[in-house]
Amino acid sequence: MKSARTMLGLMLLAATLAAAPARAGDTPEPAPPAPPCDVPAYLLASESSLPKVTDAVKANQPLNVLVVGSRSSTIPGNEASAYPATMQAALKEAFPAATIDLSVELQAKSTAEETAGTLVKLVEAKKPTLVIWQTGTVDAMRAIDPDDFRTAINDGVVALRGAGADVVLVNLQYSPRTETMISAPPYLDNIKVVAQQHDVPLFDRFAIMKQWSDAGYFDLFSTAHGVDLAKKVHTCLGRALAKFVIDAAHLGPVQQN
Amino acid sequence: MSSIADPIAGSPVADAKAEAKVAAAAPAITLPATGERELRLDLFRGLALWLIFIDHLPTNLLTWLTIRNYGFSDATEIFIFISGYTAAFVYGRAMLEGGFVIATARILRRVWQIYVAHVFLFTIFLAEISYVATSFENPLYSEEMGIMDFLKQPDVTIVQALLLRFRPVNMDVLPLYIVLMLFLPLILWLMKWKPDVTLGLSVLLYALTWQFDLYLSAYPNGFWAFNPFAWQLLFVFGAWCALGGARRMSRILSSNITMWICIVYLVAAFFVTLTWYVPQLGHIMPKVIEQWMYPINKTDLDVLRFAHFLALAALTVRFLPRDWPGLKSRWLRPLILCGQHSLEIFCLGVFLAFAGHFVLAEVSGGAALHALISVCGILIMWGMAWIISWYKHSADKGASKKGATGNADLAGGGA
Repeated sequence: MKSARTMLGLMLLAATLAAAPARAGDTPEPAPPAPPCDVPAYLLASESSLPKVTDAVKANQPLNVLVVGSRSSTIPGNEASAYPATMQAALKEAFPAATIDLSVELQAKSTAEETAGTLVKLVEAKKPTLVIWQTGTVDAMRAIDPDDFRTAINDGVVALRGAGADVVLVNLQYSPRTETMISAPPYLDNIKVVAQQHDVPLFDRFAIMKQWSDAGYFDLFSTAHGVDLAKKVHTCLGRALAKFVIDAAHLGPVQQN
Repeated sequence: MSSIADPIAGSPVADAKAEAKVAAAAPAITLPATGERELRLDLFRGLALWLIFIDHLPTNLLTWLTIRNYGFSDATEIFIFISGYTAAFVYGRAMLEGGFVIATARILRRVWQIYVAHVFLFTIFLAEISYVATSFENPLYSEEMGIMDFLKQPDVTIVQALLLRFRPVNMDVLPLYIVLMLFLPLILWLMKWKPDVTLGLSVLLYALTWQFDLYLSAYPNGFWAFNPFAWQLLFVFGAWCALGGARRMSRILSSNITMWICIVYLVAAFFVTLTWYVPQLGHIMPKVIEQWMYPINKTDLDVLRFAHFLALAALTVRFLPRDWPGLKSRWLRPLILCGQHSLEIFCLGVFLAFAGHFVLAEVSGGAALHALISVCGILIMWGMAWIISWYKHSADKGASKKGATGNADLAGGGA
């Protein structure tokens, strides 16, 4: 359902953009940058904010980022090329003067509920300014009840906020080869609901990767066994995520790539 | 054709007067007079089958045409409702004429057919994913590939599939249908006693499902994607309409107030749907409404979805009379043919969707190929429906005339 929405959205979007002026506050549509990392502006715009990130960067304090995720937050054997690391690099590039610390907490086979239970301890130990919580894949694969999934994310977000961290949610990957086996839409929808309820910025990894696949930037159907594709996709995801964080924290002009 | 097609006949609305006299003396349920086949049912069931097929394929140009993009409900609602309607029609007659045991026996035979069809589809699915599992090792998706882990325990998986507890994505409708059909004898028996009470019980079960979160668990974990406790409402409502309910509602259906309520609701649903596709519109929606409304739960047949289906159905009945000449036009013939052989065409659709995914994955093609695959699939479904009906009219002619009446298979009913 989500993929249909995205597709329709893109096409309707083109029509509306042609007819109506862009919404106030949006960055104007730039000249199309070179592929492969082009992401439509609406996928990187968030109405929610990240006040703690804003304050930390403005006060020149170290920005402490904690990524909590499952196995799709890494590339086995190539952690340095996975999106958390490339996001850190992109943030450093954007704020050369700032210190950006990154820690990654992988919980390979944990559902959102299992992860949510560990979040407070993690925040106490690492004292992050920003927690990027990637979730949903394990729940979709195990067909967890979407209501339970939503409750778990909800509890997790409340706990993280209560512990004093900003939160960004990251949803599932777009994985066309397993589309007939993993039902992503209920989980995508429920993450979105929680994000709306709590005003949490949601990095729509699924829609972005789908967009890249539709635009032909990446062949996500590829049967190639090498890590090249994974590295490229993660590099792009990391950059897009950095841009998304900068935008949500209202930290200056969004750089294009 | 007429001899075997008669089970689905009569109009819910037009025969009201003629039936009223009969109804006074007859048991609580009434069946419309035997006559011409109700082509509207076939038409919309055929349409639902095409839409389900398109929805099961990856998004493409034709996906734009499916109703789920313009409101809350989708083709599944149409399919289950019409299935309830036709099943009650066919087996309700059997129950009145042959009694409870005969009707139950026939229903169980139908359930068996659907079950076999489901197992057949599962075999095809198993072949497909085994292929993907052995040929596809992209490190980008090492996590998602974990879904194949069940292949490590084929014994358990296959037994669970036979028990309907292991059901891959897109294979949820038939198990739902099997369960609903299993309870059809009970539903019909209650309907024979008091149709409105039966419908009331169905609503009650639906409400209890929401209140106490009733569900059926699945293997290896999770739950049924279409919760039978909730979806039975559409099925029973279809049965209730078939057994005289639609006729009793005809005054409500023809009132202008109903029409306007339906129109307003459909337009509102359309605008809500529009905000999903045009993110720019998202901020127009009041947050309070968003929080109250989302998520719109398909598993438990959200009230918003049910209401959306009711509104669509009410307008359809109003603006598409059963004697509309267009129903006989050759342009609608493919849809009607598909609707008349729904179990076969449904299974074929699921298979074609698997095949379509496979082709799209192997051959990198653009939007044109996507659309082409959808169109080819629909043509194949039409061709198959034509062949099946040819078998029934010509090839099997004279082979077996017995058991023609009331047989759901012949009636295209039941599935």
